[in-house]
Amino acid sequence: MCVSTKLHPRSALAVFSLIIINKAGGLIYQREFQAGLRKLSTNDYLVLAGTFHGVHAITRSITPKLPLQNTASPVASSPGTSAPTTSGFSYPNPGVPVSGLEYLETDKFRLTCFQTLTGTKFLLFTDPMTGSVETIVNKIYELYADYVMKNPFYQLEMPVRCEAFDRHLGAWLRGRT
Amino acid sequence: MAAPRHSAMLSISNASTPQSTSSDKTQVQQPQSPAGTSGLRVPSNRKTIYDRHLNRSRNAELSRASFAYLFGEMVSYAQRRVTGIQDLEKRLNEQGYPLGLRLLDLLFYRATSTSSSALSSSSTSSSPPNRPLRILTLLHLIHGPLWRLLFQRSADALEHSVSPDTPNEYMITDNEPLVNTYISVPREMSMLNCAAFVAGIIEGVCDGCGFEAKVSAHNQPTEMWPSRTVFLVRFGDSVMEREKVLERAGVK
Repeated sequence: MCVSTKLHPRSALAVFSLIIINKAGGLIYQREFQAGLRKLSTNDYLVLAGTFHGVHAITRSITPKLPLQNTASPVASSPGTSAPTTSGFSYPNPGVPVSGLEYLETDKFRLTCFQTLTGTKFLLFTDPMTGSVETIVNKIYELYADYVMKNPFYQLEMPVRCEAFDRHLGAWLRGRT
Repeated sequence: MAAPRHSAMLSISNASTPQSTSSDKTQVQQPQSPAGTSGLRVPSNRKTIYDRHLNRSRNAELSRASFAYLFGEMVSYAQRRVTGIQDLEKRLNEQGYPLGLRLLDLLFYRATSTSSSALSSSSTSSSPPNRPLRILTLLHLIHGPLWRLLFQRSADALEHSVSPDTPNEYMITDNEPLVNTYISVPREMSMLNCAAFVAGIIEGVCDGCGFEAKVSAHNQPTEMWPSRTVFLVRFGDSVMEREKVLERAGVK
């Protein structure tokens, strides 16, 4: 990916940076938590957000489907009819919606993508050795729900400029180490 | 003067009575006619909100998130068609004012019903006079019981202006106002403090007690308390004159 990280190994704070992408693929928040990351211009970040949004959509759609057991024989016997071929396959886990890309790992960093029910995506760049990334992402989501969504001055889908969110996010990540 | 605003509020709350002007009447009675004679919805067990005991919700707690969403919507509502920050604060103040007038009654009711154990002694001379007559008693009422009723804790400081030019100014400090918990004011509106709503409540309480006052909320952030707010209470000249007379008479 385009974020190359030149980092000191075993850094004290294992969270490198956070990106929030709205449901249209626009970058609405970007923050670095560690010095020494390669600087990207704002435009690069916008491109990164848009690109990731597209890649995420592709990974959702290429989720492999498994043939259903009971309809497997009619598909084989009558290939001319198109209806059974579409309905004869299902996702491996039918009750769970397709999530798309969740982790992306390199030897230097690990990208965790968390998508909310409304389509907002939180991208968290961490050290690959960091444990309990899910807890961190959930806490960030909680802070977002509190200090961004409950702020009457925040306009939906627009860049996040909430001082209380920045403050609490920074304080929580600092206190975690 | 306190009287015009107070009486204006009373007339608003009584607007549905037949004494209102004819233009009000047509507006008010149109929606009422299909609903029946009383505009009040009565549940099947005939118990309305007015049949409940006032102390019923005394220790009840409210979801902080739902309050945050409600208050956020109130701020957004007040923000529509305003010309500036002062205008917005004035609107928030006006939203809080009637609340203060009514909270005062509840506060006194609950104070008396706890101090005198039996309800039978109400409205007789046995119950101590609760209405504050002096400024300091009023401010202590706001700082303590009112704050506890609203936020479940006392305010953080109560100060008197040190400047000799403004002896009528008092400051009530809240280090972390509940209403501002989730609110980040954008940089271009940095003067705005949404606790103007609470200032309106204080103003309502003061006016309800007969102390004409203007209350405003100001940001005074510190390193430790970034949302620290000071409520500046400015009493009117008539109140200060009366205060002097009461002081000479030795009224507590």
